[in-house]
Amino acid sequence: MSTPLTGAARLEARFAMRKAQNQAAFIAYIMGGDPDVKSAQNLLDGLPDAGADVIELGLPFTDPMADGPAIQAAALRALNAGVRTKDVLAMAAKFRKKDVTTPLIVMGYYNPIHHMGCEAFTTACIESGVDGAIIVDLPPEEDAPLRAAFDGAGLALIRLATPTTDDQRLPTVVAGTSGFVYYVSVAGITGALVPDADPVERAVRRIRNASGLPVAVGFGIKTEEKAAQIARVADGVVVGSAIVDAMAQNGVEHALELTRHLSNAVHTAREEAAQ
Amino acid sequence: MSKAPQQDIWPDARGRFGEFGGRYVAETLMPLILELEGAWDEARNDPAFTAQMDGFLRDYVGRPSVLYHAERLSEEFGGAKIWLKRDELNHTGSHKINNCLGQVLLAKRMGKTRIIAETGAGQHGVATATLAARFGLPCVVFMGATDIERQQPNVFRMKLLGAEVVPVTSGTGTLKDAMNEALRDWVTHVDETFYVIGTAAGPHPYPHMVRTFQSVIGREARAQILEREGRLPDACVACIGGGSNAIGLFHAFVPDENVRLIGVEAAGKGIETGKHAASLKGGAPGVLHGNRTYLLQDKDGQITDAHSISAGLDYPGIGPEHAYLNDIGRAEYVSATDKEALDMFQLCAKLEGIIPALEPAHALARVADLARELGPKGLIIMNMCGRGDKDVFAVAGHLGVEI
Repeated sequence: MSTPLTGAARLEARFAMRKAQNQAAFIAYIMGGDPDVKSAQNLLDGLPDAGADVIELGLPFTDPMADGPAIQAAALRALNAGVRTKDVLAMAAKFRKKDVTTPLIVMGYYNPIHHMGCEAFTTACIESGVDGAIIVDLPPEEDAPLRAAFDGAGLALIRLATPTTDDQRLPTVVAGTSGFVYYVSVAGITGALVPDADPVERAVRRIRNASGLPVAVGFGIKTEEKAAQIARVADGVVVGSAIVDAMAQNGVEHALELTRHLSNAVHTAREEAAQ
Repeated sequence: MSKAPQQDIWPDARGRFGEFGGRYVAETLMPLILELEGAWDEARNDPAFTAQMDGFLRDYVGRPSVLYHAERLSEEFGGAKIWLKRDELNHTGSHKINNCLGQVLLAKRMGKTRIIAETGAGQHGVATATLAARFGLPCVVFMGATDIERQQPNVFRMKLLGAEVVPVTSGTGTLKDAMNEALRDWVTHVDETFYVIGTAAGPHPYPHMVRTFQSVIGREARAQILEREGRLPDACVACIGGGSNAIGLFHAFVPDENVRLIGVEAAGKGIETGKHAASLKGGAPGVLHGNRTYLLQDKDGQITDAHSISAGLDYPGIGPEHAYLNDIGRAEYVSATDKEALDMFQLCAKLEGIIPALEPAHALARVADLARELGPKGLIIMNMCGRGDKDVFAVAGHLGVEI
């Protein structure tokens, strides 16, 4: 058997696999260490069987400026349980021992990474089997130090495109990005406004043309119906707040059950539309 | 807005003051920041904008503010001659209005129809609500729930002025959380909203813009002291939370190498206790609220809580230009405790008939030491950046008095 892919290549392989099946990929976001490391590890380890193609593992931060109440509360629960960046990376390492095919990326804010140092963070990502990162408050204008370290290591630094990213700016956003582009479906915070499929479809086409990469869509997608709508027009669908809420209210099994429903809706959306 | 080349070389085109500053914002906000930067560049080079500013500063704010020789404080401290730059006499009672005027005029110029702001002590919120009322714009002010408790008079003022005050309960319910919430609002209302940031921090161009609007303080003070004393002061002293009143006073004096620039951070219960708001003396470089600067943080880069008796200084960061002036050694940064501020609050009231805000009361504690150090030939300018009416209830509480 050949050596398993890592980094940006592992992400690209998963999107390519779904594309070959004419399916969108389902991307599940959970907060690392929420409400404690043990429960969060159980959830993380169960996500591939529940149909998650890609996993976004949140790094808790005290000041999550782009997040709505669900993810703010999740970060606070993790921090109050004493969870720090290194603990979340340790969760990733444990996960990777059992699963070498599911791409795993971390998502968070820049200060903990800046504090650790971009090189040290990159090394820690490689050692933990993390394939990439989305850093919310690190626009292209400021991401050179982390980008240099990630590029050298074959990790994907995934950029965000948003409804405010116009044609003039789009080339800056997609330049040098790898893995996929994350399209923020609405101008707002996570888990708040619900996107319409039509403008999302136009944006996805525009970003796909400009980047040549798969485009995953997130923010505000909570129901199977909405996930399926977006799956018909995008290469990937991200759900975060809804899973985080399910975990908070009813625990691991309930969050995995929701993930099964959402991933099934995403994977079958196009064949249902064709019928 | 005159030009003095030496202190105007920063920020650079990327919004950097040396290694500090920058634009660390979510992508949704990035195009807005760039739009603002363009509008700001255009406005500050437009004589019509400057003339409009100057007109409102004179007729509405009440500038120039006077420079006052605090004879009895000078006598009490037994050393240098102390001059107070009376920015607490401005309309709305603090220096905050200098900046709000500039930003609200810019918002009008950009065709924005809704104003948002964060506030700590409430002075920036009141000043923003005032200008929003004057120019007929709806205004939403985000204020930490803890701060709402300790600044009731200002909350009522904002409501009188027609602003909506939104209590922020996330985090510690103080200034940093109010700023997070204002950023969340901005990211949700991108087309019509102008975010009026209250201090010389945040993503570029805010630190530059706020400094420019506040630098009227130092320009006036410099001309006034030359007129009254025939020479420059030995030191300029100001309190620092984010640092807008301090950078406003310092800016005109930066090229005057013999003038010491001294910023006074809030030491809370004492820097050694960990319960303080002294980002420079008790923090490390990091990234928060759009800029790289000194921050209070733990070893994982999580932001730690600031503590100060003064809501206006209760912030875990500092403007990036202060971080830079500190690192190059052009300005000195010291601190004063809650207790020192309370003592000075009462002393200034009794000796000068001026009730200072708790924020400048911190600066006064270090002015006392410095006056003794400089001796009778010394000259000090301190920025009396706000009046203490808003603090009367809180101070009564601390002194065990029921009112």
